[in-house]
Formats: sequence, C-alpha cells, structure tokens
Amino acid sequence: MAIPKVMGSEIEFGIMVKNDPDFDPISSCVLLVNAYREDPAGEILWDYDQENPLADARGFQVDGEKYTPNQQENIARNKTLINGARYYVDHAHPEYSCPEVTNARDSVVHEKAGERIVEISRREAMGLLPEGMQMLVYKNNSDRKGNSYGCHENYLMDRRTSFKQIVENLMPFFVTRQVFAGAGKVGSESRGHPCDYQVSQRADFFETEVALDTMVKRPIINTRDEPHADREKYRRLHTIVGDSNMSEYTIYLRHGVTALVLSMIEDGAIHRDLVLSDPVRSIREVSHDPTCRLPLLLDNGKKLTAVQIQAEYVELAQAYAQSHDLDATTLDVLEKWADVVDCLERDPMELDTRIDWVIKKALIEGFMDRKGVGWSAPQVQMLDLQYHDSRPDKGLYYVLERQGRVERIVGDDEIVAAIHTPPDDTRAYFRGECLRRYPSEVFGVNWDSISFGVDDEPIKRIMMAEPLKGSKEHVHDLLERSPTATELVKNLSI
Amino acid sequence: MAEKTQKERSKGGGGDSGESQAAGTKKIEKKGKELHDEMDALVDEIDAVLEENAEEFVKNYVQRGGE
Repeated sequence: MAIPKVMGSEIEFGIMVKNDPDFDPISSCVLLVNAYREDPAGEILWDYDQENPLADARGFQVDGEKYTPNQQENIARNKTLINGARYYVDHAHPEYSCPEVTNARDSVVHEKAGERIVEISRREAMGLLPEGMQMLVYKNNSDRKGNSYGCHENYLMDRRTSFKQIVENLMPFFVTRQVFAGAGKVGSESRGHPCDYQVSQRADFFETEVALDTMVKRPIINTRDEPHADREKYRRLHTIVGDSNMSEYTIYLRHGVTALVLSMIEDGAIHRDLVLSDPVRSIREVSHDPTCRLPLLLDNGKKLTAVQIQAEYVELAQAYAQSHDLDATTLDVLEKWADVVDCLERDPMELDTRIDWVIKKALIEGFMDRKGVGWSAPQVQMLDLQYHDSRPDKGLYYVLERQGRVERIVGDDEIVAAIHTPPDDTRAYFRGECLRRYPSEVFGVNWDSISFGVDDEPIKRIMMAEPLKGSKEHVHDLLERSPTATELVKNLSI
Repeated sequence: MAEKTQKERSKGGGGDSGESQAAGTKKIEKKGKELHDEMDALVDEIDAVLEENAEEFVKNYVQRGGE
C-alpha cells in the first residue's frame, strides 16, 4: 500500500533592481529576505549539519564540498517562518520552500502564500533602496538568455520502492507532464531549435535522463537522496523537471497528479510499456509543439503523442481508483486531469483559463492580433516576463485573476491565513508553532529537526524523522502545557 | 485614444446584420463578439500596466543560473 504523499515545493525567483548600475543579485536577495518583518524577530540558524545533497539515490556518495556558511552569514541568508516555510537566499536567487503538506489543495494554498510573502518583502525592500531604483521579482524559470533557475517539488516515497522502478514508470510521465503543467515561454534558448512559443520554461535545459546534478547537465529525474526523514523508511523524490506555475489550477494538477502517479508506482499499478526511445529529445519536442500533436517514438517501436501518453496514465489511474480507497482531493484531481487531457486531445486552447502555458499563449496572441505585431516584438517578450511579475497591480497573471479570467482552486482568505499559519497535519505545524511561541529560544532548524538553546544548557536538538508526526493533533496539548521553551524541552524529557 | 475608437467601431459593426440566420449562429456570433470586446478591454488594461521600453527591459533582465 502506497504511503501518504507528503509534499512541498521550492521556488526560486528571478530578481533585478532597475536603475542600479552596480546591481548585485546576492546582496539584493539578502536585502529582500531580511526585509520580511511579519514574523517575530529571532536569530535562527539553518541547521546544515542535517543536510547531505551529495548522496545519490542509486546508492553512492558523490565527491564535493558541503556548503556550511558561518553563523552570521547563515542568519543573514536564512529565515524560517512561523508558517513552517523556509525563505532564504540560494546562490543568486531568493527561494521560498513551502512547508510540508499532505495534499495538492494545501500545496496551492502554501505556494500562493509564498508569492505574497515575497511580494510583502519586495515592497519593504523598496523602501530601503535609493530613490529611483526599483526591485522586481519574477516567479519564472529563465531569463531567456540561457540561464535557468528552478521550481522543485518534493514527494515522500516508500524506501522499499526501488529507484529503478521509479525511473522506469515515471520517465514517460515526466517527459509529457508539461502539456498540463508547463508555464509557457516565448522563443527558445540554450541551443534549442528556434521556435515562436513553447509549452515549458524548462525543457530547453534538460540534457540527461537521470543524474544528481541540478545546475549543470540537468537531468529529467534527479537522484538526490536526501530524505529529510527516516532514511530507512523513506525517500524524498526531488523533482526538478517542473516549471514555476502561476495558475492555481495548474499547480493543483502538477502536485495532485504527480502524487497520484507516484502512489501508483509504489503499488505496482503502472504496467503498460510506455518507455520512450529518447526522453531528452522527446521532452524538448513536446515543449516545442503547442499543437500537442507530435508523435513520440517508444522503445517498442510504437508512436504516441504526449497527450496520448497522458491518456494512458489517466486510464491506469481510473482503474487504480476503482480498487483503492482514494481521498476526496485525489479523486477531484483525477477528474480534472482526465478532463484536461480530453481538452488537450480536442484543442489545447480550450484550457485558456486553466493551464498556464495556454493562458499565456491566448493572452499574447490576443495582444499580437490587436497590435499587429509578431512573436519577436519586444512587447511580446515583455508580456512573457510580466506574466510572472510578483506585483499584484503589474503582474499579468494577477490582472487576469482579478478580472475573473482564470479558474481558481482556493480562496484569498485561505492564502492570507497561510502567511502566518502552518499546515496542521504535518511536522511543519510543530516547527511553525515553536517559532511562533518561542522565537528567542529556537537555536536552529532543518526540515527534520529543531534545536533549542535554553538557559545555559547545551543545545537540545529534537529530531522529526516522521513527516506526519508533529501535527496539531499530536503536539497541540504538549505546546499548551509548555508556556516556555524550557518547559517544552522538559516535557519532551530529552 | 486610437484604441478606444477602434473598440467602439468594432462594437458597432458585426453581429447586427444576421437577422435571417439561425438562432444558434446568432448566439455563437454574440459570444464571439463578447469575446472580442473582452479581449479589447484586456489589451487596454495590458497597455496601461506593461513596462515601458520593453526592448531595453527584457535585454537587461539577466539572471545567474540557479538550483
């Protein structure tokens, strides 16, 4: 039986400061992240001791240096928030890592809360910049000059499912998932064939099928074996193939469908031969074909389009739903996925209120039609970029949202609440509540640990190896009984 | 202003001449016209918010690779 699919996304944003001749992305990121003042102040370390990004899921350790900043730099670059998220500087990008959630709907709520947190801090940071300068932040994945930054998803998996099984059953899904999860991009880059418009922001950047690296020679399936949980029991599938989505509907399907397919892999429910002959070539071809009609060559000699491959997965999922007890959200995801795949089969443009790459394409085509300009016009490239702009008044996705031109999944009230409230059904609850209740006693945090520095005692580290433990149900009483961190540590008797 | 004139013109023309056509076709035409007007309104809104000097702006948007 598949294990619960605890999940969460990590979003890297693009950043620029207009009219700053000495623009430095790293110091701008530090300024942005530190401008966020909504949470109680506390100098909390990110606990790098618990990290090992060099372990490979295929069973070996790769040589390389682990990043361990000094204490001051650590505090300046890392903020752990009371909603359980991590908001930090990753290389030259601001990054928002959502707290762990148990379902696709909560994933949308928390990803959208992240967008608002970034925007709140951008506005604050603007007040700290010299007059005339303007900080801008984009939730996209490329500068269209060959530089890409990611939007990663994480899914908890059963360690007993072999990595080989995952790769074999997931590869055709990951190559073709972009037809409903792509964010769309004008033109191509990174030596991709020239094109007017493509389905995915990221497809141009994948060079290999399976590997550990995420920055050079990017793989479709990433092998980072860092579960941030009990490694005897769990894997964390670190998914780097996705785009940064603006549409709630698209985020919902991206997470919900992927989680469902992974559960099916754990339960051995994918038993059709969909192995692609050349996944790296196919992922680019699918992206470069907004008609979604291009046949892809399978290893067995058959040819199927990306939409037909998705339809095969839908059929398998419908059969799986008959024999397994799926929760209401997953059933809703399945219904919406099946409908979207039907639309793609008929005419992808039917999805111009639901799926990012189609919403953006319809917007740009409408604009070009009225203005009499073509795909290479600078305004068209600007539209592409500004679709992802974090400002509610300027970001074109938000303009469409305000006009009711895109379908939504969650309410504004839920998103606003999630800025200050952790999910209540994972360990993110314990993390967030500890930060809210004991901001000056929390010493350090990582996904699977939290440590306290109380009185003159040695630092006490509490391990959270079970992502579903530390939920409100588990720890609310304990927290209520512990008005101070000293009492919490005592009550935990460690 | 030119935009607005064009929009008014497109509102005035089109669908009115179809009296003899089947009701269904009329409906579709009406829908088509509504969509057309809506798109006009949207493009007006985009014009109001789109960054000026687009060419310069997109040229200056350079990021370092991440992840």
